[in-house]
Amino acid sequence: MIEFISSLVPEDLAAHAPALLIAIPMLMAPIAAFMPSGRIAWILSILATGFSLVMAIVLLSQVQSIEGGAVISYAMGGWQPDAGIEFRIDALNSMVLLLVSAIGFLAAIFSWPTVQAEIRDAKTAMFYAAYLVCFTGLTGVASTGDAFNLFVFLEISSIATYVLVALGATRDRRALPAASNYLLMGTIGASFFVVGVGFLYAATGTLNMAELAVRLQGVQDSKAVFAGYAFILVGLGIKAAMFPLHQWLPNAYAYSPSFVTMFLAATATKVAIYALVRFLFTVFGLEFSFEGSTLIWILMPMGIAAMIACSFQAVFQTDVRRTLAYSSVAQVGYMLLGISIGTAAGVSAGLFHLVNHALIKGALFMALAGVVLTYKGTSLQDMRGLGRSSPWTMTAFAIGAVSLIGIPLTAGFQSKFALVNALFEHDWWWAVAVVMFSSLLAVVYMGRILEAVFFRAPTNPNKRHKEAPLIILIPLWILALANIWVGVQGGFVAGLAEDAAASLFIGGAP
Amino acid sequence: MLEFILERGNYWAIIALMMIGLYIAFAATNLIKRLIGLGLFQTSIILFYTSLARIDGGTAPILFGNDYKKDKGHGDDYAAGADHAGDAADAAYGAAKAYGEASIENVYSNPLPHVLMLTAIVVGVATLAVGLAIIVRIREAYGTVEADEIRAMDLEVAIAEAAADTERGKAGTV
Repeated sequence: MIEFISSLVPEDLAAHAPALLIAIPMLMAPIAAFMPSGRIAWILSILATGFSLVMAIVLLSQVQSIEGGAVISYAMGGWQPDAGIEFRIDALNSMVLLLVSAIGFLAAIFSWPTVQAEIRDAKTAMFYAAYLVCFTGLTGVASTGDAFNLFVFLEISSIATYVLVALGATRDRRALPAASNYLLMGTIGASFFVVGVGFLYAATGTLNMAELAVRLQGVQDSKAVFAGYAFILVGLGIKAAMFPLHQWLPNAYAYSPSFVTMFLAATATKVAIYALVRFLFTVFGLEFSFEGSTLIWILMPMGIAAMIACSFQAVFQTDVRRTLAYSSVAQVGYMLLGISIGTAAGVSAGLFHLVNHALIKGALFMALAGVVLTYKGTSLQDMRGLGRSSPWTMTAFAIGAVSLIGIPLTAGFQSKFALVNALFEHDWWWAVAVVMFSSLLAVVYMGRILEAVFFRAPTNPNKRHKEAPLIILIPLWILALANIWVGVQGGFVAGLAEDAAASLFIGGAP
Repeated sequence: MLEFILERGNYWAIIALMMIGLYIAFAATNLIKRLIGLGLFQTSIILFYTSLARIDGGTAPILFGNDYKKDKGHGDDYAAGADHAGDAADAAYGAAKAYGEASIENVYSNPLPHVLMLTAIVVGVATLAVGLAIIVRIREAYGTVEADEIRAMDLEVAIAEAAADTERGKAGTV
């Protein structure tokens, strides 16, 4: 499949895949903004994200062409890495790129009915332009090899995200304070990150991440490097919604347009976690990250606190979108726990869960977008009886929910199983107990929703059979079936995660 | 000790500005003041980078004096000798590299952090613009830009919603 698609792409195009992957959506964004009708902008954004998806597949096949994973280095604009910006694609980048562009493509397809319902007609073309800019930023973060360029792409995606979140105001005005809070937190996070990069530049005199990794080996005792490490950890932690820094997330997810929630939940925090992993393991190196003991004494307790505290908060929410938002923070905890083990198996489990969680939350929020479209409300009461009135949407929702809990034969089970295995290997049996407990809490909060959906009479008896439109159902079922496919035969995604983790441990730490 | 502190005056100033900005961004209830704090915070980062770039006795990184003449000379030589433009560009790049190692006479500040901060300024302006636009919309929707008043209004709405929700819940179970 991958070889087939990449064999269709001409040689010249494939050689510039790292640049085109980002350039095409970026160039499409202003074009989409000036389109007279939102429908054309929608089609443009499908084309642009679809093109990026093909390019991501090409990059994946290029990386996989060599045993152990090739590293593609692309000199942007022909300026060689020492002077210019390098785009560097290895197994980890190609996995994240594939994830972001695939989710972006599916999100673009399903978006039209919900955007039409939730965004004013005059603004839809602009809305898609902002979406493409956001997509550009996320793919840019996932492919650049330059620390400062990463900051720029992070801010490109974030600024577009603030706009997208604020556009939820047509449905609920609380989107505006949520967006303003997110802007404040997000900007502080990005600024912390850039201060950290400044310290690293002062200590080493380079911004290229691969070069940084080499030069940092010589200055490991420098206080400037430690300060930079702390700033970068906190800055990216805010972007990734690491436990005590996640306050912006629940409101932003609950009140933004449902399409935006779906896209953000599946990609934005994932890309920030990618950046965190890249800095912890490649730039600073495993030894440095462990000698400061930050992985064990900061990342691990944060992950566990997120898993428990936010799962509890999710149990007590009455709005389904808020429940899922808190559950997102809890799931970030699983990923951080996996990463904080610091072994190849642990990191691979964390990355595996990263991909699976994108599939899970993508499916859940997409189904909720269908519910918002047909029935308006998303409180627990609104969800009652929907299992009978829209069985296709809700069956896909149930698959996502079951996968989130981690029941065998679903994606969530596979990655939690990998995580538990890695924990046992490292003798953190108590952490296994925490994972189990947090999964039980997931049973409670998802069980409440499923009970309301399938076993309660509808609160409004007038609700007749009313399914989400086909254009939502098709991407929704692709994601739902992907959950089952990964659960039954998890080899492909697990292989991607293993390769990615292996590339961190072999290529990154010399 | 005093010398140690005074020598690093620029960093003290940066830290002070950064903390003041961060404090305003968190503590102010007026949303516009929060953005001002954020702006202060970002500006202190610009100061941080530019003061990293400074070299004692260094001047603006534009070639002048003998450096400039040498540069002219090199360029002319290569342009005369080279067959086509690509070679000339490569040669000029090589010459620029050679400069870095030996033959520069004047001391220049490091231009790279300045260039980076141009980008950071643009990012800051874009953030500020989006932030102000959101605040304009908040003012339209709520009639105020005070964060605590907005929170109180949202809380009222949330309580009303929860009450309506339980009402409907009771109706549904009957």
